[in-house]
Amino acid sequence: MTTAVPPKRRGPLAKREARLAWGLLAPTIIAVALVVVLPLLSVFWISFKPVGLADLRPPQAVLREALRGDAEAVGDEAELQYRYRNSSRDVAISGVRISDEIPAGLEAGEIDPRCTLEGRQLSCDLGDLEPGGRGAVEIPVTVAQGYLDAPVDLDAVPAGVSGSAPNILTNAEFTLENFARIFDGDEFWGVIGVTFFYTFFGTVGALVMGLFAAMLLNQSFRGQGILRGLYLFPYVAPVIAVAFTWIILFDPYSGSANALLIQMGVSESAINFFGQRPLALIMVTVFEIWRYFPLSFLFILARMQSMDGDMYEAADMDGASPFQQFWYLSLPQLLGILSVLFLLRFIWTFNKFDDIFLLTGGNAGTRVLTVNVYEQAFAVSNIGAGAAVAVVIFCCLLVFSAFFFRFMSREEGL
Amino acid sequence: MKAVRFGYVAGPVIGVLWTFTVAVVVCVAMSFLTGAGFRPGASGALVYGAALGAGILALANLWTVGVAALAAALVAPWLGLGPVVSEAGRVAVVVAAVILWAATLFPLRRMLAGHPWGRATRHEFEASVIRFLTGFGYVFFTVIVVIPFYVMVMTSLKNQSQLVQNPLDFSLDLSQGWGLFRSYVELFAQFNFGSYLWTSFYVSVLTVLITLLFSIPGAYAVARLRFRGAAAFSRSILLIYMVPMIVLALPIYIAFSMTGLRNTVFGIVIIYPVTTIPVALYMLQGYFRGLPAEVEEAGLMDGLTRLGVIWKITLPLSLPALASVSLYVFMIAWNEFLLAFMLLDDPSKFTLTRGVAMLNSSEIPRQHLMAGSVIATVPIMALFLGLERFMTRGLTAGSVKG
Repeated sequence: MTTAVPPKRRGPLAKREARLAWGLLAPTIIAVALVVVLPLLSVFWISFKPVGLADLRPPQAVLREALRGDAEAVGDEAELQYRYRNSSRDVAISGVRISDEIPAGLEAGEIDPRCTLEGRQLSCDLGDLEPGGRGAVEIPVTVAQGYLDAPVDLDAVPAGVSGSAPNILTNAEFTLENFARIFDGDEFWGVIGVTFFYTFFGTVGALVMGLFAAMLLNQSFRGQGILRGLYLFPYVAPVIAVAFTWIILFDPYSGSANALLIQMGVSESAINFFGQRPLALIMVTVFEIWRYFPLSFLFILARMQSMDGDMYEAADMDGASPFQQFWYLSLPQLLGILSVLFLLRFIWTFNKFDDIFLLTGGNAGTRVLTVNVYEQAFAVSNIGAGAAVAVVIFCCLLVFSAFFFRFMSREEGL
Repeated sequence: MKAVRFGYVAGPVIGVLWTFTVAVVVCVAMSFLTGAGFRPGASGALVYGAALGAGILALANLWTVGVAALAAALVAPWLGLGPVVSEAGRVAVVVAAVILWAATLFPLRRMLAGHPWGRATRHEFEASVIRFLTGFGYVFFTVIVVIPFYVMVMTSLKNQSQLVQNPLDFSLDLSQGWGLFRSYVELFAQFNFGSYLWTSFYVSVLTVLITLLFSIPGAYAVARLRFRGAAAFSRSILLIYMVPMIVLALPIYIAFSMTGLRNTVFGIVIIYPVTTIPVALYMLQGYFRGLPAEVEEAGLMDGLTRLGVIWKITLPLSLPALASVSLYVFMIAWNEFLLAFMLLDDPSKFTLTRGVAMLNSSEIPRQHLMAGSVIATVPIMALFLGLERFMTRGLTAGSVKG
């Protein structure tokens, strides 16, 4: 009789299970690879390339075809004219070729030496075209009866043109200029400073407010459900709606907030909330707190409701005052969720783009790293520099998530 | 610090703080409702609040205190001193005074209940402070949440000249009847908002469907099946869901420009689900783990295949979770702004958020912008309030996404 031993290798069942698992995961992995991993790699690639917004449209040879001269009677002389030009002012196009079919009823005369005619097929080899260069090929033709019977629309059979230009995105030209450019000068450190101010105070503010709101709602009374729903409004509403509302509310000329402050005697004249240097940054941070306190509040409330009530009764018996109960009982129990929330919200606030972009567009000293990506890539039209900023963001993110995962493995929270 | 714990100190202090809170709120509310000037009077609030706080503690009889406070609240505005100072009409002033009286007397009485006139124990004192903080918290949070939404709705019902004339006046001229809604009518008639609404709706629904299609099998595999790399996989899912959209938006913009997918709704529909799949997968696998594995094993024993188990056992059991995830994904897709803004230029293909962004121009009056915001907000709010239970759970599970 043999003794039963656990299998040393993976058996066929385990293999089948693993195969099924990968099969189920495959669609997700492929989709994520295509839309997340591939773009990430290309961001790294682009950040080392001198690419501007205009380079996204590769240089092309543009061709216009026209019939010049009178073509009214049999035997009239006319000219088929092909005018071509380089759409780019900086890049040459090599191996430009034109091909076309001479319309029926037009007999080609002596043709350009660069061209060859086979039957009715015309093809011209025009060689290289320098940046911004242009030229023309003219084919003299004699009008025959066939053309007069059925005049041909030249655009009906469009002439083809081809040529190859180096594509800046795929060639082997690399540069560190993008990084030099973004790290250069005080601007970058200003952006970093603003980012960390916004991220830190936005996160802490939202946590503190969330804690406060959670404590308010951690008691049952009538209308508790309504209030809970109401307090989630800022988070559920589309960011674009609430951001524009804030802009209108705090408008320096006709905003209600300014009218209110002036009337109450708090301020003498209208305050430009989103246009002044330190104030704009504070306002976008306040907006961030306002919009995201509901999230922390939900989490903290969920944790609070799972707390044991007996402990508080015992503490009450022992004479602990309400503040002592909060400080010595509630807070230690909440510390886990608070720190997980802090890390997660920190990362997410760091990544936030929409809010600041909509509120100030990154002006008045509110430009954070994410907004800087957009500014560099689209406002300054330098895609490469934008990608370089994105790389910086991604590196910061890696550091944060390393923290997060080390912490998560210790903290059994989420 | 100990001195505060005497009733004759704590009472007036809490009284003043609460009166001031109420006065500010009443002023803001009355200003917004009537458009007339109301402002809190610091000295008035100080005197009235201190007297009321002390009075409630000293005189146990609610009637005496109440009548005295009402008299004070009603007389003070005519002397130009009360906690609320106003140049508005007589009726508004009286209404404001009565509201102030009611909103100070009764809450203060509750806050100070059980607090002695003389020395209080730490317990009694802190209980009062906490009741004050609770009251303050309710008022504070309600005000900061309600004001922006109130302004959004009211602005959308006004016209430009009214708005510039008095930015505080949110009173409605009901005699216009349906004319109140002319901004909305114009948005739908001239700015094509009906089609944006429809685009947003079907893009969001498609996003939900595609997301579920991808994430259900994935989540099941991560939660139930054993394979090498499962832990690493769920970690990288979390990591991916922390990658900021703006970093990805740049190459996606380039790729879409080159392949001609930019400016198409199809491009949006293929890109949105990928941003939500990791979240949905993460949420669902958490839920699947919580389901009893025995039921599934019983199904396997009875001859179902794994896919049969997922279809016939796991999915029916996790319908509430699917509802939460669907709602959450719908909300993300509906509210999405960055990708729609970068990828769509053609006004005939806009989603709602992109359409609202288009209204932000100096040539288009502000009430249109606000009406657009209301149109974008109302459907998601209706969905949220109707299905709050699922939504709250979805938000808690989806946690981290901002």
